Amino acid sequence: MSESFVEQVGQLARRSVVRTARQPANVVFPLVFPLLLLAVNSTGLQPATHLPGFPTDSYLAFALAVPFMQGALFATMNAGTDLARDIQTGFLNRLALTPMRGIALLAGQLGGVMTMTAVQAAVWIATGLIFGVHFAAGVGGIVVLFLFSLLIGLGFGALGAFLALRTGSGEAVQGMFPVFFVFLFISSMAMPRNLIEIDWFQTAATLNPVSYLIEGMRSLIVIGWDAEALALGFGVAILIALVAVTLASVSLRTRLTRS
Amino acid sequence: MRTLAVAHGVAWRVLHNVFTNPSLLIPSLIFPLFFFTAFAGGLSRIDQVPGFDYPPGYTAFQFVFVLLQSAAFGGVFTGFGIARDFESGFGRRLLLSAPHRSGIVLGYAAAALVRWLVTALVVTVVALLVGMEVGGSGIDLVGLYTLAVFLNVAAILWATGVALRLRTMQAGPVMQMPVFLLLFFAPVYVPLALLQGWIHSVATYNPITRVLEAGRGFLAGTPTEVGLAFGVAAGLVLVFSLWAVRGLRNAEQAG
Repeated sequence: MSESFVEQVGQLARRSVVRTARQPANVVFPLVFPLLLLAVNSTGLQPATHLPGFPTDSYLAFALAVPFMQGALFATMNAGTDLARDIQTGFLNRLALTPMRGIALLAGQLGGVMTMTAVQAAVWIATGLIFGVHFAAGVGGIVVLFLFSLLIGLGFGALGAFLALRTGSGEAVQGMFPVFFVFLFISSMAMPRNLIEIDWFQTAATLNPVSYLIEGMRSLIVIGWDAEALALGFGVAILIALVAVTLASVSLRTRLTRS
Repeated sequence: MRTLAVAHGVAWRVLHNVFTNPSLLIPSLIFPLFFFTAFAGGLSRIDQVPGFDYPPGYTAFQFVFVLLQSAAFGGVFTGFGIARDFESGFGRRLLLSAPHRSGIVLGYAAAALVRWLVTALVVTVVALLVGMEVGGSGIDLVGLYTLAVFLNVAAILWATGVALRLRTMQAGPVMQMPVFLLLFFAPVYVPLALLQGWIHSVATYNPITRVLEAGRGFLAGTPTEVGLAFGVAAGLVLVFSLWAVRGLRNAEQAG
């Protein structure tokens, strides 16, 4: 990897972070909203821990994996919207006239998203520790959880970039928010899959890849080192990242050719 | 009469915009259904938690929350439209052309109500189709839907007051967040008696709790705290009417 390529990626990642940081709504809302939901759900659903077979006696510990996914969802939207704005304002066209390599733009954008994901992950982990969550997998588990969240951020950020490059419209990217929301809600987000009573919901949650991402992270918090949950979680996360980055790269090439 | 004519014009315009623009209509229909599906479907086993006692079942328990939530957010979504009108300059032209400006607020409120009634119809039909049990009589159900109407009117008046003061789409979170907090700091997932810790204290003094518990009582056919719930709901409408009218004066002064 040449030095200039790394510099290009660094510059664009910096631009992505600075641009996000300059819009307080893009920083505060993705942090505050998941924390509020966590506060409401962890207290409101604490009685659910009395159900036979519930894996922990703390709903906060059980629900702590959810903000990571919500953060990824916001990362998708922010990355996609920012990139779509670059297309709409002609920034991408101007960039195409420079010696900068197209892939550096994508890598820079994703670098920015992963920086934001890292900040968010640190906040969720700190929140758990402050409010007394015992991480069953210990310090090593916290490190793995942090890396896992970065991988998810990469995959979902690339998905947002793909949507932006494909449609070239910030509104179209925002319009996908409800679709991602469905994936989050129809999952094992609020209840372990074996305790979901409604058959079709349990089937949908089992088919939903988001369930495995949540369960992989959750296993580190409430169970410990669960090889199956981690293999499924990392497997799904890697697959999403590979597919999304490939799709985004191909779309970027097409977009730059069009320009 | 002039006030009603203004209200009619404003309401017709808002409703025309909403019902001819899928990007405005669909979210207000889809989101309550998301919540209903996720809560009633994913959490249905909650009714087996020791101490949970709601005879019509968890689907009905969550239906009342989702109905009231859709009423409140129906008002807030209409508030977004008011902010958009003022940001684009249409609101100022409306102030100039309306002989009785209180009709503007009345028109927005009427539009929010009609818009929510469509959402309520969809949510109710879906709930009945998935087998929701209804224990209450016709009178009880009138009570439930009347409470929801009060909440819808209170929410649109709140959102109108905010939109008329700030006159920008960036006011969205200011309209939305307090409504979201009031709704979710009520006993959403389990009855008040099963809540523990700080959320129990907050929910006990949250006015929406009274409305929610009374609504669930109506649907179960065992009305509870009816007078208090209607008193709270009417109080919210009264307070936010003053808030909205003061907001209108604020917008008038801003020119």
